[in-house]
Amino acid sequence: MEIDPLIFRLSIFILSIFVGYYVVWSVTPSLHTPLMSVTNAISSVIIVGAIIAGLSGNYDSVFNTSSIFGFLAIALAAINIFGGFLVTQRMLAMYKKKKKDKK
Amino acid sequence: MISANLSAIFYLISGVLFILALRGLSSPETSRQGNLFGILGMIIAITVTFLSTGNFSSGFILVLIFILAGGSIGAFIAYRIPMTAMPELVAGFHSLVGLAAVFVAISAFLNPEAFNLGTPGNIKLGSLIEMSIGAAVGAITFSGSVIAFLKLQGIMSGSPITFKGQHPLNAIILISIVVLIYLLCSTQSSNLFWILLAVSFLIGFLLIIPIGGADMPVVISMLNSYSGWAAAGIGFTLENTALIITGALVGSSGAILSYIMCKGMNRSFFNVILGGFGATEDISSNSNKEQRPVKSGNADDAAFLMKNASSVIIVPGYGMAVAQAQHALREMVDTLKKNDIKVSYAIHPVAGRMPGHMNVLLAEANVPYDEVFELEEINNDFANADVAFVIGANDVTNPVAKTDPQSPIYGMPVLDVEKCKSVLFVKRSLSPGYAGIDNDLFYKENTLMLFADAKKMTEDITKNL
Repeated sequence: MEIDPLIFRLSIFILSIFVGYYVVWSVTPSLHTPLMSVTNAISSVIIVGAIIAGLSGNYDSVFNTSSIFGFLAIALAAINIFGGFLVTQRMLAMYKKKKKDKK
Repeated sequence: MISANLSAIFYLISGVLFILALRGLSSPETSRQGNLFGILGMIIAITVTFLSTGNFSSGFILVLIFILAGGSIGAFIAYRIPMTAMPELVAGFHSLVGLAAVFVAISAFLNPEAFNLGTPGNIKLGSLIEMSIGAAVGAITFSGSVIAFLKLQGIMSGSPITFKGQHPLNAIILISIVVLIYLLCSTQSSNLFWILLAVSFLIGFLLIIPIGGADMPVVISMLNSYSGWAAAGIGFTLENTALIITGALVGSSGAILSYIMCKGMNRSFFNVILGGFGATEDISSNSNKEQRPVKSGNADDAAFLMKNASSVIIVPGYGMAVAQAQHALREMVDTLKKNDIKVSYAIHPVAGRMPGHMNVLLAEANVPYDEVFELEEINNDFANADVAFVIGANDVTNPVAKTDPQSPIYGMPVLDVEKCKSVLFVKRSLSPGYAGIDNDLFYKENTLMLFADAKKMTEDITKNL
């Protein structure tokens, strides 16, 4: 008997929750704010769904109700991707170690 | 056009890169590299999506235009936002993820052929369930985050909004969401889909309004988690591994952060979510307490105390963020260090309005991260320190949490500030903190209250050093 592909996706999902659990516990508390902004950025990978939706219009009309929602979602996710990664980068650049010459 | 198998492998790779991005955050040294992994994962996922659709018509140009438009807005915000506004920014970003999930679900519902999910009115049952869960959670994330954003931004009052029958009403709405999803799946009716979205937007709004300002760390973490589950729901619909992995990562990350925040306040998750903590009744019962004497001083006294100390511990809180005092504080510390005084910082897990809020502000002010300590790391040092400088924190220093079982914050882990030889407490007035209770620390023999704006007081002390 063949296994439903859904079961495979479910396995990936469950295993990823465990990976997430252990990885996040190892994040140092001082980096919890960058953690939130970077998780924000990566969850915007939902843009792949938005792109498929945006490209779903046929050749005669690029815009139909479905693809308009796709385009809107692309713009929203893009704000998040650029904003999230850049602000994380900006924050992480500020974390510095004690300089030796400084008393 | 690349094959479905190949693109699935690439999505898996980008999922793995996202795991590495989070892994990098285990220490500040590896964190920047981690962020680059995340960016790389995102680039791979987007490129593969383009290649797998193989559609480079006029629609493709439009997609690029929308990405660039959104991207420039995002980049603009990322560079302009002050670090003190980070909680608002994160709440705002969560709302966008939620709304994007809703939009993707709508478009999959309207045009299921594009996603290989069947035809309108005849969508595969499994996909419809995943889609409606993704849409509902996305909608809750959106409206909840908007309320959190408005509260953090101060556009909406930070005090809890409660009314009679709130909890039964929320319970009924939550049950109706489940019923709606069930009906939607059995009838495929588009009207039910719209009603489901409307009701989900409503419950997101209702869930967050009763939660007060200082509970925001929990709320933001929780919404972070929701945005992940919404993404995972959509990931199942689209059969996309990258999205499923990311959704699971973000979902568990947010859940862990909420747990840490709740533990930092010694309150259960449900206690926070049900809201209404620190409501007006607590404050009024305290106002008729007898007036106890406090010692108050000026910048000169504070400077004198610190100059004669050999070690100083600084306890920052949300008030420091409000007063934007982090730079002034660092200058004061620099002067102290020049006088060979040992300075460290003590951060309570729920100081500020989001997890790690104080750490980012101190990092912004160029405070080296190895001078900044968490509660468990530094709590024993207070007994050996000469001066504790409390700036903008309140409830997290209240010794009542250890002594008075009647107190609403009893059992909450607090910083043992009172064990210091002397305590300097910068505060604008004697008003109680968020929990609505008096801080015993104000009336201790060894406490000197400095009534002033945090930034101004810090600058004045530096002048007097």
